[in-house]
Amino acid sequence: MAEDRFQAPDYYNLDELLTEEHKLIRETVRAWVKKEVSPIIEEYAQKAQFPKQIIAGLAEVGGFGPYIPTEYGGPGLDQISYGLIMQELERCDSGVRSTSSVQSSLVMYPIWKYGNEEQRKKYLPKLATGEFIGCFGLTEPDHGSNPGGMITNFKDMGDHYLLNGAKMWITNAPIADIAVVWAKNEQGRIHGLIVERGMEGFTTPETHDKWSLRASVTGELVFDNVKVPKANLLPNKSGLGAPLGCLDSARYGIAWGAIGAAMDCYDSALRYSKERKQFGVPIASFQLTQKKLAEMITEITKAQLLTWRLGVLRNEGKATSAQISMAKRNNVDMALKIAREARQIHGAMGITGEYSIMRHMANLESVVTYEGTHDIHLLITGMDVTGLSAFKNDGTQF
Amino acid sequence: MKILVCISKAPDTTSKIAFTDNNSKFDENGVQFIVNPYDEWYALVRALEIKEAGGGNVTILNVGGADNDPIIRKALAIGADDAVRIESSTEDALSVAKQIAEYTKQNTFDMVFCGKETIDYNGSQVAGMVAELLNVPFVSLASKLSLSGNTATIEREIEGGVEVVEVTTPFVISAAKGMAEARIPNMRGIMAARTKPLTVLPAYSSQNATKVKAFTLPPAKSACKFVDASNVEELVSLLHNEAKAI
Repeated sequence: MAEDRFQAPDYYNLDELLTEEHKLIRETVRAWVKKEVSPIIEEYAQKAQFPKQIIAGLAEVGGFGPYIPTEYGGPGLDQISYGLIMQELERCDSGVRSTSSVQSSLVMYPIWKYGNEEQRKKYLPKLATGEFIGCFGLTEPDHGSNPGGMITNFKDMGDHYLLNGAKMWITNAPIADIAVVWAKNEQGRIHGLIVERGMEGFTTPETHDKWSLRASVTGELVFDNVKVPKANLLPNKSGLGAPLGCLDSARYGIAWGAIGAAMDCYDSALRYSKERKQFGVPIASFQLTQKKLAEMITEITKAQLLTWRLGVLRNEGKATSAQISMAKRNNVDMALKIAREARQIHGAMGITGEYSIMRHMANLESVVTYEGTHDIHLLITGMDVTGLSAFKNDGTQF
Repeated sequence: MKILVCISKAPDTTSKIAFTDNNSKFDENGVQFIVNPYDEWYALVRALEIKEAGGGNVTILNVGGADNDPIIRKALAIGADDAVRIESSTEDALSVAKQIAEYTKQNTFDMVFCGKETIDYNGSQVAGMVAELLNVPFVSLASKLSLSGNTATIEREIEGGVEVVEVTTPFVISAAKGMAEARIPNMRGIMAARTKPLTVLPAYSSQNATKVKAFTLPPAKSACKFVDASNVEELVSLLHNEAKAI
């Protein structure tokens, strides 16, 4: 891949809305990405391998649980810092950001928020340093947008729980040391359980031949009569709201991350269009190219404002799930459209690994579907403004 | 070892350069400032390596206004122990050197590390002036420094080779490429920098010795002209009449 010459656009001087510490955090992650990840990411994506050697560095720059308090080994940063870290990681690759998102929002967050003190002390410091990698099991083969229909379940066997079922499309699964798994008890109530690698009956087969997120590993979680110690149940929250709370945090990070991918595509397209000449002039001088670039920077700027405001609301504890849905949906869609337009500006070069564009585009096809699909998020907004749910029906008409 | 590292701010290398006040002042509007790379990558990191190997303390010194605090916090995030900013708007090299020298006289240090130059004004003057004002040895363009007790062996890149210099503390160096490898701060460092002491001192009395009258930008690069390999006459004509090279 060509040298990483990324320069971040800031059309509305939004840096003035950030603190000096926010900017230092962002520059730190950007510098680390340029030094350690950009030079290798294309090779690993082409090989469909996760670059495990970046785990320690990812931890050092706050990629694992940035908002986890220092007493549990995290740096204790605010939500805007978390967002900026996700933006910079996804600026390089959505797969790297996914690894970080899952560890932070879907593993560390539930242990911190729903776990007891022993669980926090046992797992969070090791997850913060990357000594432990975690994954999150909610989606099942037959239950994606409707996680409440899950069939994975556990029975109380007196001195332990007996866990059965299967989860699918699980980021980090093949390399995970622990999994936060959502399963129903005998009363049908959803609880979170920490399942550790090595527990008998627990396997994590890898999902192969992906065209997207190739630099991150995806797999299944299979539970065949797994004996889970009772101490591994997250005691402080149950019901579907518990995993959805984690998803709020992750989706918030994705909203920022998508801006990173969009910025990278825009920046590359802008540079390429000024260097590439046709008919004796840079293609940036053509109206149709300018239309694409102007619309890109407009959409990026709108997304930056949306996300910054959402970050302020998150810091104040006031952001609603529906507000997060709007940002996730808008920004990922924006990034995907920009990736496609940027691919056109790069011409045939846009399909090669010399540029990041096609990798971003393919990655974003996952991002637009995972953590709540594009359509489901629209229905969440629809439900929020009308008070009527459009994505539930009792099936009697079919 | 007590090491003082002098840092300066410099515009990010991607900044658009423009001037105000009849082209006598750099237009800072919209410019992002960074720690001058020679100060950060080489002077600061080598100082930290020496401290990590043998103990001691690394203090950051900056001469400037409060808008320099972000670059000072970055230096603290990378690992310096404490920082001092001398509140002064001077940009004249001698005046800056006097501020540093006065502070250094009142707060003893074994070594003073500066970068070899700032990447904006490229003066390369301050470090030498500080040494002169302190009446201590100065080694410029240091690309390697090893320490044994109070004696430092320093390599300097010179035309066609390397010069090896020996010097005992206290001394001043200006650091060049090769001294150390740039470090990226980590989140723990950034958090720790929040509470590390940054003392702001009033400026010592000094007067500017020089005054900038005007800056001019270099002429814009013109596009390359391609001449057919068989057309020597046109090439000669262009070199003679346009480029005026022959």
